[in-house]
Amino acid sequence: MNESTVAQLRKIALQVRLDCINIQRLVGSGHLGGSLSAVELLVYLYFFRMKIDPQRPWAEERDVFILSKGHASLGYYSVLARRGFFPVDELKTYRRINSRLQGHTQMDSAPGIECSSGSLGQGLSFGLGMALGYKKRGLPNLVYVMVGDGELQEGQIWEAIILQSRLSLDNLILIIDQNHLQLDDYVRNVAGDENYLERFRAFGFHAIGTNGHDFLEIDRAFREVRPGRANVIIADTVKGKGISFMENEIAWHAKKLSAEEYEAALAELKMEEASLCMN
Amino acid sequence: MYELVAPRDVFGSTLVEIGKVNERLFVVNADLSAATKTDKFRAEFGERFINVGISEQNMVGVAAGLARVGFIPVISTFACFAPGRCYDQIRQSIAYTNLNVKIASTHPGLAVGVDGATHQSLDDLALMRALPNMTVLAPSDQVQTRKAVLKAVEHEGPVYLRIGRMECPVFFREEMEFEIGKAYILREGADVSLIAHGSMVGVIYEAAQILAEKGIQARVIDMPTLKPLDREAIIQAAQETKAIVTAEDHFLCGGLYSAVCEVVAGLAPVRGVAVRDRFGESGTPAELYKKYGLTSDNVVEEVFHALY
Repeated sequence: MNESTVAQLRKIALQVRLDCINIQRLVGSGHLGGSLSAVELLVYLYFFRMKIDPQRPWAEERDVFILSKGHASLGYYSVLARRGFFPVDELKTYRRINSRLQGHTQMDSAPGIECSSGSLGQGLSFGLGMALGYKKRGLPNLVYVMVGDGELQEGQIWEAIILQSRLSLDNLILIIDQNHLQLDDYVRNVAGDENYLERFRAFGFHAIGTNGHDFLEIDRAFREVRPGRANVIIADTVKGKGISFMENEIAWHAKKLSAEEYEAALAELKMEEASLCMN
Repeated sequence: MYELVAPRDVFGSTLVEIGKVNERLFVVNADLSAATKTDKFRAEFGERFINVGISEQNMVGVAAGLARVGFIPVISTFACFAPGRCYDQIRQSIAYTNLNVKIASTHPGLAVGVDGATHQSLDDLALMRALPNMTVLAPSDQVQTRKAVLKAVEHEGPVYLRIGRMECPVFFREEMEFEIGKAYILREGADVSLIAHGSMVGVIYEAAQILAEKGIQARVIDMPTLKPLDREAIIQAAQETKAIVTAEDHFLCGGLYSAVCEVVAGLAPVRGVAVRDRFGESGTPAELYKKYGLTSDNVVEEVFHALY
């Protein structure tokens, strides 16, 4: 990945953050914290890594991304729209009546949405089924599944981890958006030890750690994925990333922006935008 | 005359039959293949069979993913575990997505017998009937079970199949065509209509014979599809006979009785033979059917309540 690609991806990430606050302010709801932590990972996948064609969203040969943490739909829809799966203007319909952009994702409701999620813990099993199916059919498609670190408390995830440790499907790449916070509390206060690298290694995974906001680091991590192994990328992220007063704040899981907070957030992102343009 | 064969045995052999002509059929198992009889499929088509382990929630997701890439997955476990153990997974990953997954659950109801209340699913039809996009089938005998499995796989979309474990008499003739959403009249009668599914079809048939001796002519209706309901057959029963009595190995709440009432509320008196608001226990199926009020005598009694 060269410097100009990094610069380009950073600009897209900034645009996605602007979408997130603009749309949340407009419609009055949506989960900012967990959307903002996943922005760089999503931008990297959709604008750099995955084999996809927004003009042919259901093409048989596409790579597939499964958003298991369905409450991050706000940022996810922005990435899909910016990538060209549907008009950016449609983001304004988010969570509103008759919209294709449901509060939590609904499979195929709009092009590019590959699963229904919202009830946590289900995406990895779904992705495993797809990856298994592709292998059985002899197809080269890759399946990426994003799970939150809080979501790892769901029992079904560990059912799927046990199965993947047996099958070692290398056409499936699990990504943990480890933003360290959940709705009520810090993950460490709820679930104890946060060393997921060690835990996944104990389950036989090839576990790769990375910073989840640095594109070069993210790219390095994805290039470390090994053939023939169950792979997991554990991305260290910041919940609410990019807006100082939201970062690492429990309150910003799904809090609604006030007019003043919106202006403050906008000012920060505009400043970031100006500095990106100068570079 | 047919030998008495348990529907689950037919289920296993029917999967093999379909597997031979349909390469998209994929059987997903959660460590119960010997009990649900999907081991026959594994023996013939190991490449299209997976034991995901004792993990029903995961099994549902894996099946949904397989359906998403073009397979027709059949997941198979006991009815107490699917839908019981994984209702939310079925709701979000199969029904909401409208994916082409068949949930074939064996060992339903009190007919499970000695394993006790934990294994007696008396709520599965209520749960599955409540979900949009879901087709719900509860075939009775071996002939009908085979035809229902064939139709379920042919049908595009999610299907819940409740497959009996008990041996039962055959009412469905080989030459009859099984249609999803169709009820079958096994015996005509103008006084009362008896409606059942699965293992209780034999019970209402027997009740009709007892009633005939008492001068009451009962129409016997086998209703293997709980959703979509054969509304026409139910309305006709309400109009052409004086009352309806339903009978099922399921809670009164949410199953056939509820479904029939939803159609004929106000049109006709309806009474239900089913498990009342309590859990089952260990015992032989016959003992349990007697203790919990699922016998032909109970049906006859309800007919008298309805008519007089």
